[in-house]
Amino acid sequence: MSADTPDSTRGADAAAAKGGLWAWINRRLPVDSFISHELTGYLAPKNFNFWYFFGSLAMLVLVMQIVTGIFLTMFYQPGDAFGSVQFIMREVQWGWLVRYMHSTGASFFFIVVYLHMFRGMLYGSYRQPRELLWLIGMLVYLALMAEAFMGYVLPWGNMSFWGAQVIINLFGTIPAIGPGLTQWIRGDYGISRFTLNRLFALHVAAVPIVLLLLVVLHLVALHQVGSNNPDGIEIRDHLGKDGKPLDGIPFHPYYTVKDIFGVGVFFILFALVVFFVPTFHGLFLEPANFTPHNPLSTPADIHPVWYFTPYYAILRAVPSKGLGALCLLLALVSLFLLPWLDRSPVKSIRYKGWMSRVALLVFVVSFVGLGYLGMQPVEPLYVILARVFAIGYFAFFWLMPFYTRWERVKPVPERVVYHAH
Amino acid sequence: MRTNRHGWARVLLGAALAVGLAGLAQAADSGAAYGAHWKSWQARADVSDLPSLQRGARDFVGYCLGCHSLRYERWSRLGKDLKIPPAMLVKDLIPPGQKPQDYMISPMTADAEKWFGKPPPDLSLIARYRGTNYLYRYLKTFYVDSQRPTGVNNLVFPSVAMPDVLSSLEGLKIAVYRTVEVPGPHGSTLKRQVFEHFKQIAPGSMTPQQFDRFVHDTVNFLDYVGDPQRVERHRVGVWVILFLILFTWLAWLLYREYWKDVR
Repeated sequence: MSADTPDSTRGADAAAAKGGLWAWINRRLPVDSFISHELTGYLAPKNFNFWYFFGSLAMLVLVMQIVTGIFLTMFYQPGDAFGSVQFIMREVQWGWLVRYMHSTGASFFFIVVYLHMFRGMLYGSYRQPRELLWLIGMLVYLALMAEAFMGYVLPWGNMSFWGAQVIINLFGTIPAIGPGLTQWIRGDYGISRFTLNRLFALHVAAVPIVLLLLVVLHLVALHQVGSNNPDGIEIRDHLGKDGKPLDGIPFHPYYTVKDIFGVGVFFILFALVVFFVPTFHGLFLEPANFTPHNPLSTPADIHPVWYFTPYYAILRAVPSKGLGALCLLLALVSLFLLPWLDRSPVKSIRYKGWMSRVALLVFVVSFVGLGYLGMQPVEPLYVILARVFAIGYFAFFWLMPFYTRWERVKPVPERVVYHAH
Repeated sequence: MRTNRHGWARVLLGAALAVGLAGLAQAADSGAAYGAHWKSWQARADVSDLPSLQRGARDFVGYCLGCHSLRYERWSRLGKDLKIPPAMLVKDLIPPGQKPQDYMISPMTADAEKWFGKPPPDLSLIARYRGTNYLYRYLKTFYVDSQRPTGVNNLVFPSVAMPDVLSSLEGLKIAVYRTVEVPGPHGSTLKRQVFEHFKQIAPGSMTPQQFDRFVHDTVNFLDYVGDPQRVERHRVGVWVILFLILFTWLAWLLYREYWKDVR
C-alpha cells in the first residue's frame, strides 16, 4: 500500500497508523474515526434519567421488527393471507414466536416511541437548537403510523379489512380529489386483494427504507446539536480546559452499558407479553381479527389498535366526517409545531411554572382518555367525554404561547444536577 | 440517578393500570339479559388438562366434525399434542379416506349451504374469535322454539342456523321467561320478556353433570385448537425470562461498576 498518502489516513486514529488488516480497512473506510467521533467521542450529559432509555430502545425495536419481518416475509403469501399467517403460527418452526414477536413488537414500538416523545415534551428537547431534530422525529412517527397501519391489514382478518376500509376512506374527505384519490390508493373500487398486495409491498419495502433513512437523519441531527438533558441546560456552554463539556461523559462506554441494562428490563417485559399474553387481552391482537375478512359482515364495533385510538376518538368526536378528519390532521400538525408554540424562557419542566405543569397533566390525561374512549362503542356519554378530552388535547398546544410566557419560572442552575452513586 | 427509582415505579404503575383497564373492558361483557345463571356459565378452559382435551377431541370428531372442519389442524399434530397413539388415531378418529398428515376437514358435502342457508363455519380459530365462555354458553343454551325451522333457538346466538345436535345427550329444554315492566317513553311503562331459567321437558342420555363435562371438554379442545402451541409457549417462556433476569442482573452490575467513575 505504498501509494497511500498521509492524506488518506487523515481522521483515523492511532490504530490506522500501525499497519495490518485493521489499518488497511481504516484507510479505506473510517471505522475507527466513526467510533471515536460518534460513540467514544460523543459526549452526552451525565444526568440522563429513566426517560432517556427509550431512544435506544426504539432503535432496538426497529431492528427487531425488521429481522422478524424478514422471516415472516419468507412464509407470508398475500394470495392466501389469512391461511399463510395460520401456517406460520402452526407449522413453521418457531413461526409462532417470530410472529408474536412481530405483533407484540408493533405495540411495544409505540409504547417506547410515546415515552420517548413524552420525554421530549417534559424537558423541552424540541426547543432551539433541536427544532429540526424534533421535526425529523415527528416524520419518523408518521412513517411508523403508516407502517403499523399497513402491517395490521396484512393478516387479512375481518378487523384488518374493515380497518383498512375506515382509514383509506379518510382520504375521501379531501375536497375535490378525495374519491379519485381513495380509488387510486386502493387500486380498485373497494378494498380488494390488489389493495392488500400493494400494502404488503409498501409495508415490507418502501416504508421501512424511509423509516431507516429518517432514523439515520434523526441521529445525525442529534449528534450535530448534542443531547438535551432533564435540566434543559446546554452542556456545551460550560467547557473545560480541554474544550470539552464539563458535564459530558462519553456515550460509550457509559451510556452503552446503561442502555444494555435498559434492554434487559425491556426484554423481560416484552417476553412476559410474547410468551404469556400475546394478544394482551385483545389490545395487541383483537378477537375480531381471528376470523377471515368478510366484506358482507361488519364487526359490531370497528376501532383501530390501541396506539391509534386517541386520534380515532378525536375523529369520532366531531359530528362531520370532513371536519373530524381535519381535526385529526390538526392533532398531528400541533405536535409538529411544538418548538414554536413553547415560548418559555426555560426548557425543562423542572423549572417551568405551575401552568405548564397543569397543561402537561391535562395533555396526558386527555391523550390517555381519548385512547380509552377510542376503543369504546359510540355512546352519548363517551362522545361528550371525547369532546372534553379533545379540547384538553388542543388547549395544551394552542394556549402554550400564552401560559409559557405568563407563568413565573424557577431559576435555572448553572450546571446540570447530578448525584453520583 | 435518584430519579431512576421513581421512574421504574411509574412504569410499573402504568403497566398495572393498563392491565386493570383491559380487565375492566372484559368485565363489561355483562349478561343482564340472560338471568341469574349467566355468571355461573363459565367455560373454565384449561389446555394443560390432557384427559379433558382427549375427551374433547373424541367428542368433536363424534359430534362436530360431521359439519365443521378444523382446516388449520392436522390429524398428526392432534395426535402428537394430545398424546394419542398413532394406531388409535387412525382406528378411532381419522375418517376413512383421510391420512394422518391431512388437515381435519369435514366430510360434509357442498350441499351444506343449501341445507342450512350458510355453510357451517370452520372452527380452527373460533375460540380465539368468540372466546371460550361464549362457546360454553352457546352449547349450553339451545332451547325448543317451534317458530324456528330447526325447531330450536339459542340464547346467546338468536335465530342460529345450527340444529341442536347435542339434544340426544342433553335432552330438550324450554326457556322460561318472566315479564318485567320497564319505563318507556313519555312516562309510560313497557312490558319486556326477561329470560329466567330453562325447564327440562325431555331427558337425554346424559345427566346434567355429564353433559356439563361434555361441553367443558369440547370447549377446552377448541381452545387448544385455536392456539395449539400455548403449552409449549408457556414452558419456553419461563426459561427465557429466567435467562433475561440473570442477564439484566449482570448488566446492572456492569453498569454500576462503570458509573463509579462518574462524579
